[in-house]
Amino acid sequence: MSNNIHLKKGLDIPMKGIAAQKVVKTVVPDTVALKPTDFKGLVPRLLVKEGDRVLAGSPVLADKQNPDILFTSPVSGTVAQVVRGDKRKLLAVLVKADAEQEYVDFGPKDPASLSGDDVRELLLKSGLWPSLIQRPYGVAANPELRPKAIFISSFSSAPLAADTDFTLGDKAQDIQAGILALGKLTDGGVHLCINEAVEAKTPFAKMDGAVIHPVSGPHPAGNVGVQISHIAPIMKGDTVWTVSPLLAAAIGHVVRTGKLDLRRKVAVTGPAAVEPAYVEALPGTPVAELTRVAEGVRVIGGDVLTGTVLGPEGYLGFFDDQLTLLREGTEREWFGWAKPFRPKVHSSSWCYFSWLTPKKQYDMDTNLHGGPRAFVETKCFEDVTPMDIFPIYLIKACLAGDIEKMEKFGIYEVLPEDLALCDYVDPSKNDIQAIIADGIDLMIKEMA
Amino acid sequence: MADQNKPGLFEKGGKLYWLHSTIDAFDTFLRVPGTVTSRGAHVRDGIDLKRVMIMVVIALVPAALFGMYNVGYQTALATGASWGFWKMFFYGLLKVLPLYIVSYIVGLAIEFADAQIKGEEVNEGYLVSGFLIPLIVPVDVPLWMLALAVAFAVIFGKCVFGGTGMNIWNPALLARAFLFFSYPSSMSGSEVWVHIPKNMTAVDSFTGATPLAIAHDGMGALSAQYSFMDLFYGLIPGSVGETCVIAILLGALILVWTGVASWKIMVSSVAGGLLVGWLGNLGGATELPALYQLVMGGFLFGTVFMATDPVTSAQTECGKWIYGFLVGALAVTVRLWNPGYAEGMMLAILLMNTFAPLIDHCVVSAKISARNKKVKTA
Repeated sequence: MSNNIHLKKGLDIPMKGIAAQKVVKTVVPDTVALKPTDFKGLVPRLLVKEGDRVLAGSPVLADKQNPDILFTSPVSGTVAQVVRGDKRKLLAVLVKADAEQEYVDFGPKDPASLSGDDVRELLLKSGLWPSLIQRPYGVAANPELRPKAIFISSFSSAPLAADTDFTLGDKAQDIQAGILALGKLTDGGVHLCINEAVEAKTPFAKMDGAVIHPVSGPHPAGNVGVQISHIAPIMKGDTVWTVSPLLAAAIGHVVRTGKLDLRRKVAVTGPAAVEPAYVEALPGTPVAELTRVAEGVRVIGGDVLTGTVLGPEGYLGFFDDQLTLLREGTEREWFGWAKPFRPKVHSSSWCYFSWLTPKKQYDMDTNLHGGPRAFVETKCFEDVTPMDIFPIYLIKACLAGDIEKMEKFGIYEVLPEDLALCDYVDPSKNDIQAIIADGIDLMIKEMA
Repeated sequence: MADQNKPGLFEKGGKLYWLHSTIDAFDTFLRVPGTVTSRGAHVRDGIDLKRVMIMVVIALVPAALFGMYNVGYQTALATGASWGFWKMFFYGLLKVLPLYIVSYIVGLAIEFADAQIKGEEVNEGYLVSGFLIPLIVPVDVPLWMLALAVAFAVIFGKCVFGGTGMNIWNPALLARAFLFFSYPSSMSGSEVWVHIPKNMTAVDSFTGATPLAIAHDGMGALSAQYSFMDLFYGLIPGSVGETCVIAILLGALILVWTGVASWKIMVSSVAGGLLVGWLGNLGGATELPALYQLVMGGFLFGTVFMATDPVTSAQTECGKWIYGFLVGALAVTVRLWNPGYAEGMMLAILLMNTFAPLIDHCVVSAKISARNKKVKTA
């Protein structure tokens, strides 16, 4: 049976600023931040105080509900500051890095000889457990469960996303070890989706211990949620886990060498990026050390559809291997909607003439290009959602907070990122991802 | 203009705050708002509802221009006057323009007031409804009636539901239905379709009846006056914009090309109309070949511009086929078997608007149960 998945629906957003395939600098940060806000569904408890010494791999935070889930420092150094926000919400723990890095030694192991319990314990201790995302709802994995299967998408199809063949090409051994170790956590096996276009040369195609699924099509073909829905749709009562290839490599590394190494190649991208290329850095590195940020530019951790605003003062997130820099689009264009041609604005709709220049890359900004309205055109959602769900019905069920309908229309299968393109194409300018996120929060609350 | 008014005066607490929706509407009409994304995707497509709506208006322009010419042409024909092309066109323009002015002034005034009361932005949906309404009424409709109908359609068809996107029935058709049922003598019969100026009299052979009305007397009566190609070109009495098949097809091309309207609804509606027309012809309900049903009256205009309204039509792709087919089939059914109404398109679309959510519900339920079965067996 062929495992290939061919998707037709979707949209590749033609944006300027793809990262050149070279590492322009290796950042050795002075201070890194550990941000509990990166993790959905976890409530942090502080394990250190200012002035404490930590090693790379020492626990800094634990989850309140499940104290076994630890968050560890990516560097060795001294806890410099605990940053709190409103109502004393814990925002970040800043660690001042040592000049010489020391690592906690978890002991090198052979992934094939480990049991499921060994793997679980190692991941919990090393702070890599939170890299496992549990679906439905996209929360941190519950260590007590055994998921139906584990899914890894080896590539991202999001706009300007980091090219995993470039960023992880030299980490094939780590990834292999990671896949073997993760396979111990489930009875359903590990499913690895690869980009069909590069099937012949990508190291991911040669991994053992995983079912390989070549995937082709426009974005969101690289989204693991979309892939799952074509491999084994998540129904009520199912639990599956996903992990990014970046963190699968980190998991493999800690298994093989016993050291926590979160160092990664980060793609600095976007129309407002001064020099779109890769930098090597740790999560928690200050944005200012990664790239220069001009006035009036939004810095996004992740891609332009699903990323979070970091701001020029922010820190790279735990999951991020991409920064996107975009101009804030506060300029007001005269007669924008009425002009026959708007060469600077991209539209996937044939009401404009972007289809005349299919190869053009656009210098996009954050302008909404319109005012919020009630839903009118809804076919556009289906055209960018290659899943067996009814997007508009799911969206309306979420708006209405109708649990039964949300279940029926596929809330278990989606995360906001899977419907991110709906945000982009909607002429009524609704924030679909926010609606879905609110719906998922309601599900978590009601089904708990 | 709008910019000078911005600070203070129209903001919350300002003296003219009660006008802020109006000012905002004109301001964003002239310039794209400077709003940036806050939640969700950080970049957005250039498309907005203003652009979508203006595409429909552009698609309607050929039908409107032809309608104006035809108004003059029909008057000239009826009175025996020998006018040139431009005279006919400008005569029609002068007759149709007041309809537009009334439609837009009354409709937009209510829309603006409604937005103001709700504290929302003015919705651009009426750009299309306002352009449609003059095209689906007889040219001689009294302006005060039109004003009443527009007010009814906007208030009870749209505002009470929450505005464009929430309405159940096509507002333009609702205006026509209001006229049709409240003032039937001004909306049907043989006197209303062609304007005869007071200082002129009709020639003896003039009847003023639309082909649809004539067709009730059989094929012989119809072909005595109009050939198939006459009906196709559209120099016939009827509502202002509905007569010319070529102009409507031009509009259909624009709508389908831009993706604003669903080709599935258009195709299935035509199929439904043809099927019932063929069955009726076969069964002896009419002497007319099925193809005539497409070129007479408002069938094609309704199919292209009104049945396809994305808000009031079915929203699932499978539902669109069913919905469109039933619109076409019902329209011709009413034509053939209900002698009371010469034209069935308006009622067919309004009825199917009502049932569109039901169709969608059935389609979605069927698909979900099929999917559950598939997953269980897999």
